[in-house]
Amino acid sequence: MTAVADQSDFQASTKRPYLKRTGLILAALATVFVVALLVGIRYALMLSVGLGFGLVLEGLRFGFAGPWRAMILRRDPSGIFAQLFAIAIVTVVALPLIQASGGELIGAQAPVGFAMVAGAFVFGIAMQVVLGCGSGTLVNAGSGNPIGLLALPFFALGSFAGAWNLIWWTDLGSLPIITFDGWSGVAITLSLLAAVAAVLWRLAPTGQWSVPGRYWIAALIIAALALANLVIAGQPWGVVYGLGLWAAKGATLVGADLSGSAFWAASESAERVQSSLLNDYTSLTNIGIMAGAFLVASWRLNGFSQKLPKLPMRAWVATIIAGFLLGYSSRLAFGCNVGAFFSGISTGSLHGWVWFAAAFAGSIYGVRLRPLLGLEARQP
Amino acid sequence: MTRKLTASIAMLLIAGLIVTDYIVSPPNPYQTPSIVALGSGAASAGGFCGALPD
Repeated sequence: MTAVADQSDFQASTKRPYLKRTGLILAALATVFVVALLVGIRYALMLSVGLGFGLVLEGLRFGFAGPWRAMILRRDPSGIFAQLFAIAIVTVVALPLIQASGGELIGAQAPVGFAMVAGAFVFGIAMQVVLGCGSGTLVNAGSGNPIGLLALPFFALGSFAGAWNLIWWTDLGSLPIITFDGWSGVAITLSLLAAVAAVLWRLAPTGQWSVPGRYWIAALIIAALALANLVIAGQPWGVVYGLGLWAAKGATLVGADLSGSAFWAASESAERVQSSLLNDYTSLTNIGIMAGAFLVASWRLNGFSQKLPKLPMRAWVATIIAGFLLGYSSRLAFGCNVGAFFSGISTGSLHGWVWFAAAFAGSIYGVRLRPLLGLEARQP
Repeated sequence: MTRKLTASIAMLLIAGLIVTDYIVSPPNPYQTPSIVALGSGAASAGGFCGALPD
């Protein structure tokens, strides 16, 4: 596309933004309506929840990888404070609700093990290399970030491959699933969240930080959407499972035999691979996140005006490898920043806390690695 | 080239994924769960990142 064409597109969009914006709203509503009609109301609601996540994450520039990077590089804890605040809100509602639901609702509960810890550590490295976690990669791809767009299919392939070998990795050694349930779980989780916040506050330079208003708003909305996800679907917000399912469906479509994998050959996995993607909650929210981010970028008058970066070849190769590792490692770790960190902690799973520690340690190395791979001009 | 190109590719890929899957594995709108899981009386049964197969 030429500069002249870009200029004329920009002028057209600034002259009649209301037409474009009305069209965007109508397109989103029509899509949700069609899903309600052709698939079912619960699935349309889940797509709406995903759209909400995408709108907030891109619209309010709220994420996970960026705030962790800010803490590592500048000791700025404001973004992580907002993340902890959102997790705390979900915890207070979700844990008693899960306990009282009689199995209608489940938490993001998984065992701590060798592979789980190593997976979280590698995920932390990879997410800082591409500067996008599970939800962040979806948001980045939807808003036109070429790094996110390139990483996403390899993320899906990695998730598929990680699930393929998951049982082998888990058999290397795992504890039983340890959970904090009910109101005692709320007390324990809130105490741990407060302790982490206190440590971050101590590490931050005195008077050098404040939490922007948009972070508080984003945290509140993200918490509300995460609770809606739990109440509607019966399970917490997740990202990685859906991406692996997309790759599994693609593999099946081209004739691959999944019976060699203990994970994909299991009856419930095989059934989901055969079922419609629009019947999978995680896929619906993933699609919604991408579409929501696209809507926000389209809504902005110059949302797509940023030129694509000219990166060295090693940066693109690093993106492919990091994308694959994001998917593979997050299956071993039983989730990414969303499924393990956000949903794991807020639904009382010990593995969420262990994931947080291991992934943050990995992030420290990822932040150092990113400029060496040519993914940013400035050294940290 | 701007992000308009890459964002459009992303949306086309997602649309292609949904359409292809719809043709291969069409959903059945007559076999849907209750609107909301909470209060439905049914056990949660979706795929999730933390779930191991039985």
